Amino acid sequence: MSAKKVKEDKGKASPTPQVVRTAGGLRRVAITGMGTVNALGLDVAATLEAFREARCGITQLDFRDVDRLTIQIGGQIHDWQPETWFNRQQILLYDKFTQFTLMAAKEAVAQSGLEFQGELGLSAGVVLGTAAGGMNTWDENYRTVYEEGKNRVHPFVVPKLMNNAAASHVSMEFGLRGPSFTVATACASSNHAMGLAFQMVRSGAAQVMLTGGSEAMLCFGGVKAWEGLRVMSKDACRPFSANRNGMVQGEGAGVFVFEDYDHARARGADILAEVVGFAMSSDAQDIVMPSAQGAERAITGAMRDAGLNPHDIGYINAHGTGTAANDKTECAAVAHAFGHHADRLMISSTKSMHGHVIGGTGAIEMLACILALRDGIIAPTIGYEEPDPECALDVVPNVARDAKVDAVLSNAFAFGGLNAVIALKRV
Amino acid sequence: MTDIRDRIRNIIAEQAMLDVDQVTDDSTPADLGIDSLGLVESIFALEEEFDITIPFNANEPEKSEFDISNMGSIIAAVEKLVAAKG
Repeated sequence: MSAKKVKEDKGKASPTPQVVRTAGGLRRVAITGMGTVNALGLDVAATLEAFREARCGITQLDFRDVDRLTIQIGGQIHDWQPETWFNRQQILLYDKFTQFTLMAAKEAVAQSGLEFQGELGLSAGVVLGTAAGGMNTWDENYRTVYEEGKNRVHPFVVPKLMNNAAASHVSMEFGLRGPSFTVATACASSNHAMGLAFQMVRSGAAQVMLTGGSEAMLCFGGVKAWEGLRVMSKDACRPFSANRNGMVQGEGAGVFVFEDYDHARARGADILAEVVGFAMSSDAQDIVMPSAQGAERAITGAMRDAGLNPHDIGYINAHGTGTAANDKTECAAVAHAFGHHADRLMISSTKSMHGHVIGGTGAIEMLACILALRDGIIAPTIGYEEPDPECALDVVPNVARDAKVDAVLSNAFAFGGLNAVIALKRV
Repeated sequence: MTDIRDRIRNIIAEQAMLDVDQVTDDSTPADLGIDSLGLVESIFALEEEFDITIPFNANEPEKSEFDISNMGSIIAAVEKLVAAKG
């Protein structure tokens, strides 16, 4: 790059460095399994059906002390019955965020058809995102010691609430003996996790990675904390709509099997999509207000990493929280990153249906990306009522749409200004 | 009601890191250098000080029943909420 070019780029989105290609070449990365539990359904099929039918999973919240909350709606999983799926000892050890993760992981691994008992287990791991980990466990036990005045808590409080509990239990459940850890970057946690899993399979550091994320923050303390910021809606999540009035929280998990493409091909696996690019950026500006430049750098970085041009992208799963600040900033970032092509691509926020699942949200939203690539169906932005000139993109309002797309992006822009964007391609 | 007025001005002055004399009835939050997060923090401080609940959504401040256009409107709105408390 000439000195002149460097000068021109100042103040604009600066390029993310190219990945250095190793002598042996990078591996391609296939998705061979997917699983979820969320307010729309307890598996992938139910969730994708809800996306197609534009169904809303946001309802009246139901848990202890909910009457003391100002915000009383959320994407809650009402029919959660851990005793159906886990034994007594497991329930004592698993916070809800771990339970969600394990259910999603079992579905994903079953679909992949992989078994990890032998050599494969040594080069397989799990990287998951969560913002708050075992929030329900914190909440219940604080209540025990502070409100009820008890001086004794259950011996498993710490192993239950720790943020890495879900990743550890997944590794134990399936015998994954390679690299495993947890990422916490608030609302971008699972995109960061999936991006790192992608890089690990691509570099050859692992052959298979289970990845995604989970969140279970719908409890009195969790929602009360969010109320404080005054960014929550009391009635609905309406991303990109001029009358949007805030975010609505959800809960659940999404887990995927990322596998070395050649390994997947060799064993005749059904490849759901290919992960082709990932980029991260930091706003380095404000702890809550997003920056269009930071978001744009992650978007353009993911395309560059994937070797894709703006006109290759047919769909973006938006961060689309339904707050005044996020949606206009995100649209500005997309408009600037894509130029004229911004008017031709589709962008939707499925948070309008499952709620904002915080550290697990990117993983659940990845399902909408796979639906677009594999089935040619674009999940809509529901609750859309009034056009906003500051969000003048095709947001696929209210009704799912049939469209053939070859490549998609999934955006996540977290509090703290940490951005993570993933690029996928149709196989 | 002077007492309430002074207490509010002190709270806002502290939030804005200004001398209380610089906080006048026609000062807007922007004049005082209070950004959106500072505003949410100021509203919390007012709620704590007067034990009231202020209806305010940061996504649509203009639609809020609590008028934050300037110090005069904020003082009037807090006085109303304090009076309603009885």
